[in-house]
Amino acid sequence: MAAQETRVVTKFLRERTDDSWTFDAARTHNKAYSALEKAMGMEPAALIDEVTKSGLRGRGGAGFGTGQKWSFLPKDVFPRYLAVNADEGEPATFKDHMLIEKDPHQIVEGSIITSYAIQAHHAFIYLRGEFALGADRLQAAVDDAYANGFLGKNILGSGYDLDLIVHRGAGCYIAGDETGLLSSLEGERAMPRIKPPFPAVQGLYAAPTIVNNVETMSTVPHIVREGGEWYAGMGVNKSTGTRIFSVSGNVERPGNYEIELGVTFRELIDDLAGGVSGGKKLGFFIPGGASSPWLRAEHLDEPLDMDRAAELGTMLGSGAIMVFDETIDPVLVAWRIAKFFAHESCGKCTPCREGSGWLEKVLYRMANGLGRPDDLDLLMGFGNTISPGVTWPPGMTTICQLGPSTMSPTLSLNKYWGEEIRARLAKDADRRTTLQVASA
Amino acid sequence: MTFTDTERRRAEELVARYPHSKSALLPLLHMAQDRDGYVTTDAMEDIADLLGLTPALVLGTCSFYTMFKREPIGKLVVSVCTNVSCLVNGGPALVEALRTKYADDHDVHVEEVECIAACDQAPVMQVNYEFHGPVTSESATDLIEQYKSGALKARTISGSPT
Amino acid sequence: MSANAVPMSQWPSDHRYTIPVAGDQDMVTVTIDDKVVQVPRGQLLIAAAQEHGTYIPRFCWHERMKPVGMCRMCLVEVEGMRGLQISCATPVVDGMVVRTESAPVKAAQDGVLEMLLINHPLDCPVCDRGGECPLQDQTLAFGPGESRYVEEKRHFAKPIPISDLVMLDRERCIQCGRCTRFAAEIAGDALIDFGGRGGHTEVITYPDEPFSSYFSGNTVQICPVGALTAKPYRFRARPWDLDSVETSCQACAVGCRGALDSTSNRLVRLLGVDSEPVNHGWLCDKGRYGYEWVHSEARVRAPGLRRGMELEVTSWPQALDAAAAALRRVRDEHGPGAIGVLGGARGTNEDAYAWARFAKGVLRTDNVDAQLADGLPADVVLGMPRATIADLDRARAIVLLGPDLKEELPVLALRVRRAAVDLGVPLIDVAARDHGLTSSAAHVIRHAPGVVQEAVDQVASIIDGITGDGPVVVVLGRPSVAEPAAATIHAASQLAKSHGARFLSALRRGNVHGALDLGLAPGFLPGRVSLDAGRDHLSATWGGTPDATGFDATGILRAAANGTIKALVLVGCDLLTDFPDRALAREALSAVERVVCVGAFPDDSAERADVFLPTGVWGEQAGTTTNLEGRVSVLRRKITPEGRTMEGWRIAAELAARLGSDWDLETVEEVQDEIAQAAPAFAGVDAALLRRARDGVVLPLADHLDEVTFVPATPGAGVSWEPLRPAADEVGNGEVAAPPAPAVALHTWSMEAPAPAAAPRDSYALRVIAARTLYGNDRVTSESPSLARLATSDARLLVSARDRDRIGVEDGTVVRVTSPRASVELPIHVDRSTPEGFAFLATNRDGAGASDLIDLDAPVTDVRVETLS
Ligand SMILES: Cc1cc2nc3c(=O)[nH]c(=O)nc-3n(C[C@H](O)[C@H](O)[C@H](O)COP(=O)(O)O)c2cc1C
Ligand code: SF4
Ligand code: FES
Repeated sequence: MAAQETRVVTKFLRERTDDSWTFDAARTHNKAYSALEKAMGMEPAALIDEVTKSGLRGRGGAGFGTGQKWSFLPKDVFPRYLAVNADEGEPATFKDHMLIEKDPHQIVEGSIITSYAIQAHHAFIYLRGEFALGADRLQAAVDDAYANGFLGKNILGSGYDLDLIVHRGAGCYIAGDETGLLSSLEGERAMPRIKPPFPAVQGLYAAPTIVNNVETMSTVPHIVREGGEWYAGMGVNKSTGTRIFSVSGNVERPGNYEIELGVTFRELIDDLAGGVSGGKKLGFFIPGGASSPWLRAEHLDEPLDMDRAAELGTMLGSGAIMVFDETIDPVLVAWRIAKFFAHESCGKCTPCREGSGWLEKVLYRMANGLGRPDDLDLLMGFGNTISPGVTWPPGMTTICQLGPSTMSPTLSLNKYWGEEIRARLAKDADRRTTLQVASA
Repeated sequence: MTFTDTERRRAEELVARYPHSKSALLPLLHMAQDRDGYVTTDAMEDIADLLGLTPALVLGTCSFYTMFKREPIGKLVVSVCTNVSCLVNGGPALVEALRTKYADDHDVHVEEVECIAACDQAPVMQVNYEFHGPVTSESATDLIEQYKSGALKARTISGSPT
Repeated sequence: MSANAVPMSQWPSDHRYTIPVAGDQDMVTVTIDDKVVQVPRGQLLIAAAQEHGTYIPRFCWHERMKPVGMCRMCLVEVEGMRGLQISCATPVVDGMVVRTESAPVKAAQDGVLEMLLINHPLDCPVCDRGGECPLQDQTLAFGPGESRYVEEKRHFAKPIPISDLVMLDRERCIQCGRCTRFAAEIAGDALIDFGGRGGHTEVITYPDEPFSSYFSGNTVQICPVGALTAKPYRFRARPWDLDSVETSCQACAVGCRGALDSTSNRLVRLLGVDSEPVNHGWLCDKGRYGYEWVHSEARVRAPGLRRGMELEVTSWPQALDAAAAALRRVRDEHGPGAIGVLGGARGTNEDAYAWARFAKGVLRTDNVDAQLADGLPADVVLGMPRATIADLDRARAIVLLGPDLKEELPVLALRVRRAAVDLGVPLIDVAARDHGLTSSAAHVIRHAPGVVQEAVDQVASIIDGITGDGPVVVVLGRPSVAEPAAATIHAASQLAKSHGARFLSALRRGNVHGALDLGLAPGFLPGRVSLDAGRDHLSATWGGTPDATGFDATGILRAAANGTIKALVLVGCDLLTDFPDRALAREALSAVERVVCVGAFPDDSAERADVFLPTGVWGEQAGTTTNLEGRVSVLRRKITPEGRTMEGWRIAAELAARLGSDWDLETVEEVQDEIAQAAPAFAGVDAALLRRARDGVVLPLADHLDEVTFVPATPGAGVSWEPLRPAADEVGNGEVAAPPAPAVALHTWSMEAPAPAAAPRDSYALRVIAARTLYGNDRVTSESPSLARLATSDARLLVSARDRDRIGVEDGTVVRVTSPRASVELPIHVDRSTPEGFAFLATNRDGAGASDLIDLDAPVTDVRVETLS
C-alpha cells in the first residue's frame, strides 16, 4: 500500500485552506489555544517533562532534544527569553513558510506555552524578512491573541505575563543560526557567536535564551493536548512523532508532506511526491537541505530516521529533500550550492569567508567545462582547512556549521563521481587554452 | 528626509517594544525603507541618533542585510530565485529574460536571489516580496506590468502592506 | 519594557563572551606541549601558554580585548575535546592537556594562512608593516610555500584616507576586527565598523564622518597587517632602520609608556607600551603624533639676548651672565620677593628640582608656581589622600569632579570607561555639561558652575547605596577655569570626610605633578613638605630657604602689575596663552623690569624677554617624569638635540653658579640621587632604583613597594602588536631593601575647605564654562603638522539650541559677548552637551575669547550675548 501522510501539525491547514490562518477559524475549528488553557493549569516543570517524554527533537536542523534544551536553563537566572526561529533559509526548505502563512495561531500558541514552560516574559518570533504575507498573518495572529487574553498581562487569569514580538529579518541566511539570530535580534550584524556559552546559558542580551524552530513550536500544543506518550508512540527509534518534509526539484508533485518518521525516502519521493518528473530516472537527492551530504538511488529504501541518516554520513537537517533526475549535472548543483554559501557566509571565520569564495570559483570553472585536471583534489585539499578530514559529521575550524556545510557537495561529488569527474577534468584541460574565469 | 514628528513617535513605539533599544534597528531600517524606497543617509543618521549609536554602526548593520537598499532602485523589486530547485526548473533563464526586459526600466529592479522558501512553486518570483510561482517569463512580465499599472497592489520596497 | 533586563553596560562584551574571573590563589594545572604549568583558573589558553613560553600564532586576539575568535589561527588540540579548539576563547580547566604543535594543528595553521593570503595583495615591499608584520612573520614561520589560488584577487581602491591621520588599505585587511573592536570596546566611539558580508566584508566609516577618534592611532598599532597605516609615519622608515627606547609620554599627565623610534636623528614614531598600572598599551593621538613638534622649525635653538627691539643670538656664557646679572640686581635692590618664577610643569623632575632649588635655595624667593591659575591649590594636590590609576579598577565608585577627561587626559578616560563599562564600577558623573564619559556613567548629576552642594549630597547618598570594599575614588580637577576651584574643593573635602574618598588628580600638564612634588609651588619645598616643615632639612642641603611664604601665579602677576615684583623667570610657559586672565598677564608683563625666558619656542611672552635660554625637550633629554598618580618613571633621550640648547636643570645650575652657589651636579643621575636625599617624599627613589623599576615608582615608595616590578625596562619591550612578557626566569630578583622613611613628615591636607558664596543668577545671562579641548593652539598641536590639521583654532561660543533660538541667530553668526570684564565678538554655535543657560568656551584658542572674559576674582563668569546690528 502506498504511504500516507500522518497529519498532526498540518491537519488543520489542509482542511480549511480558505481561512485556516484566521482567529475565528482556528479557535472554532481547531481548538486553538485549548492546549494553552490546559498548560496554564500545569506547573512549568511538568510541561518540560511532557515535552521531554514526547522525544520531540528540534525541527530547525540540528535535531536536538527540545525538552532537554529547555532543561539546560540555569536555575534561578532571570530574565529569560524565547526566540522562535522563523528565518527559514536553508535552500529547498519551505515548511515553516507554510506554517507561518497558513497556521500562525498554532505557532503563537506553541510559543506562549513554551515561554510559560521556561518562565520567559518576553518572546520573539524572528521572521524571515522576505515573508511579507507571513508577517501580516503572524502579526494579526499575535494581535488577536492579545485581544483575546492569550498574551499580555495575566494570561487567562493565571498571573503569568508575556509579550510576544514579531521581529522581521532583512535578508540573510546566517540569521537562521541560533547565535546569528540573537546577534541580529540585538540589532547587530548577524554574526554567530562562540559557543560555549550556549544561548540557554547566555543568549539574548546575555540572558538565558531558548531558540526553537517554528515547526517545533507548532508541535508543542499537540503534545500538551494529547500527551508526550502519545507523540512518542509515533515515529521510529529516537526519531519520534511526525515531521514535515519539503520535497522539490525534479518531482511530479513538489510540496510539503507530513509523515510519521520511519517512512522511507522511496515512499516519500515516489508515493507522496509522485516520483521523478517526466518519467526520468533518479540521479541523486539531497536529504536535509543544502548543508547535507547527498544520497543516491541505493539509499531510497532507507527510513527517514535522524540517527540512520547520520550513519549514512548525512542528516535530515531542515527536512528539505531535493530530487534531481539523471540529466542533472551534479557539478552544476554543487556549484550553485557553493555560490549560495559564498553569498551567505557572514565573513567572521577566515576558512569560511575565504574558502567559500574559492570553492565557488573552482566549482564554477568545473561546471562550465573549464576545469583543471587537479581541481577536485584541490577542493578536497583546501577543503581540509574549512572542515578537517572533509567527512561527515564534519570536522570544524569555524564558529558555526555554515563553514563545514560548504564542503558537503564536494564531499558528495568526490564520493560518488570522483573518477568520472577526474576524467572529465582531464578532457577539459585538453580543450582549455587560456583561462579567465570571472567570478560569477 | 528626516523623521517627522509622527514618524518619530512611531519609531519610539518600536523602540519601546524591546528590552534594549538597539534591537529596534532592523525594524527602524525597514520603516525608513518603507517611507523612502531605500535607506537614505538621513534616515541612518536619524536612527543612530534615536538609538544612541554611531551612524557607522547603523551602516555596518544595514549593509549586512540584502533587503536593505542604500540607493534608489525604483518602485518594484523583482526577486527571482535561482537556487537549486529553481535552477532545475528554469530560474536562471527567467532572471535573464526579466533582466533584459527591464534593463532600462528605472521602476523595476530585477535581482537574482537565494532560495526564498517556495520551491514547490519553482521557478519562483517575488514582486515586492509578494510570491508568484511557478511563473514563465511571459506570466512574470504580465504580473510585473499589472503591478506597474496598479491593477495589482504592490507592497512597499521592504514588503510592508500599503 | 522589562525592568529586570540585564543592563547593556553589564553585557560581557560585544560578542558577550564571559571569561570566568580568576581568583588570585585559584591555580590549576595544565600541560602544554608536555610542559606542566600552573595557571589561574579560567585564564585563556592562549595567554596562559604565552606566559609560559609557548607562543600560539594569532591575528584577532589581543590581550587587552575580549576574544572574538575570527581569524582561526590559534587552533590547538585539547585532549578529550573533539576537533581543534581556538585557544583564544578556551579558558583553562584543571588537568587540561594541550598540543600546540601537532600535525593537525600545523595543518590547520597552514590552511588558515593560505586562506588569509589568497586575497592578500602581497605588496610587502611597499608596505609600512613590511619587516614587522605578523602576517609576514607567521607565513614565514608556519605558512605554506606556494599558493594554490590562481583566481583574481579581491580588489578595492587602494589606500583610502579614513581620517586625517589614518589610511585604510582594504586589500591588505584580514578582517580580524581588532580595529573595530578597539573603537567599540575600548574607545567607546565606534566610528568604524565592518560593512558588507562574507568575502565582501570591509572596514567602513560612515560617509562624511571620518574616523576622527582621539584614539585612532591605536588601531594602526594593533592592526596585524598593513591595512591601517598612519599618515605621519607612512613611508618614513623601514622597521629595520629604526632604533627604539622606552619612555613616557609627556603630552599630558597620564604619562603613558611608549617606545620612541628614530632614524637619522629624527623621531619618527611613538608606539604604546603595555604598562599594566598606567596605559595598557594605549596612547591618544596627541601623545602618539606630538613628537613632531620636537623638529619644528619654530624652535629656539640658540640663546638670545635683547638688543633694542630684537632678541639677538648670543653665546651661552653671555646669555647666562646677563640673566644672572639681571636677577642679582633685582634681588639685591628689591629683595628676593621681587622675583617671581612661573612654569616648570612641562620639563623633567630634575629640571623642576633644579628650578626649585635655584628659586628657593639660591634666590630665596617663594614666589614660585608651576600652575597658572588653572589648577588646584598645591595644599590640596600635595596633601590629599591619593588613589592610583589601578585603584579605579577595584573602586567602590568613581566620582568625576573635574574636567572632561577625554579632552584633557585621554588615556585616563579610557581607563575610567573600562572600569565603568567592563568592570561594572559605578561611575558618578558630576559636571555642568555632558562630556566624553557621560555615556558610560551610571549616575549623571548636573549642576550649575560654582554650585555643587546639592550635587555632593546626591553623590553621598548614591555611594551610601553601593556596597563593596574598594575605595571611593574621586577624579579631582578643574571643571572650568571660569570659576575658582573653591566649589570643587569644598565638594572634595566633604567626600573625603564622609566617605574616606581617595583622589586621583586631574591636572593636565605633562609634569605638573612632578613640578609640585619638587617644590614649584608657593609654601612648599621639594618632596611634598611645606616650607615651614621642610626648612631645616632643605637648608642643610641648599644652604638656605625663603623666609616667607610667597604668592601663587595670580598673586605673582598682580604683584608684578602693581610693581612689587620686578623680575619674572618664565620656565616653559606662555602667560598670554596659558593664563586664564589675559589682561592681567599682559599688564604684568609690561610692568616688570626684567623677564628671563627659559623654553623651546619664541612665544608671545618671549617678546618681553630680556634673555632667552633655550632648553632641550622631550626625546632629547633624559630624566624622570611624574604622572597624575605620583608615579615617577624614566624618560629616555632618543636623539641628539639640534642647535645649542641645554637641559633645563643645567641652566638652573649654571645660573646658580653665577649667583655664588656651586651645586656640583654633573649628570642627571646625580640630580636624581640628590632628590632622593633632599626631597622627603622621594626617599629611596634614587637613580639606581629608577633604572630597575619596570613601571616606575609611585610616591611615597614605602606605601607602594609591592606595586613595583623590579625588572629593568627593556628598550622596545612589549611594543609590538602582541606584547610578549619576559619569561619568568628573566625577571630580576624581586628583592629590594625596605625604603628609608621620609626625613620630614609629608604634608597632609586638612580637608578644611569652606563653601563658596553662591553667585546670584542673572536670568538674561549665560554662565560660562571654560575648559580646554585636546587640540587647540597649544604648541604640541600647532607645531606638529599632523595634529595641527585637526585643531580648530578659532574661538566659538557654544550654547544650547534653545539659547541660540532665544538670541535669535543662525549657527555661525558673530555675536557680541560681554562679561563684567570685557566684550568680545565670537561666532555662536549650537552644542548638544551644553545645557540651557550656559555657554561653553574652549580656552586653547587663538584670538579674543575666554581669557579676556574671565575675572579671576569673581566666583563665576556670566556673559550677555547680543546680536550685532
Ligand atoms: C547556518 C545555519 C542556518 C540555520 N538556519 C535555520 C533556519 O533558517 N531556521 C531554523 O529553524 N533553524 C536554523 N538553523 C538551526 C538553528 O541554529 C537552531 O538549531 C534551531 O533554530 C533550533 O531550533 P530547534 O531546536 O527547534 O530545531 C540554522 C543553523 C545554521 C548553522
Ligand atoms: S562559519 Fe562562516 S557563517 Fe559561520 S560564523 Fe564562521 S564565517 Fe560566519
Ligand atoms: S581566532 Fe583565536 S586569535 Fe583569532
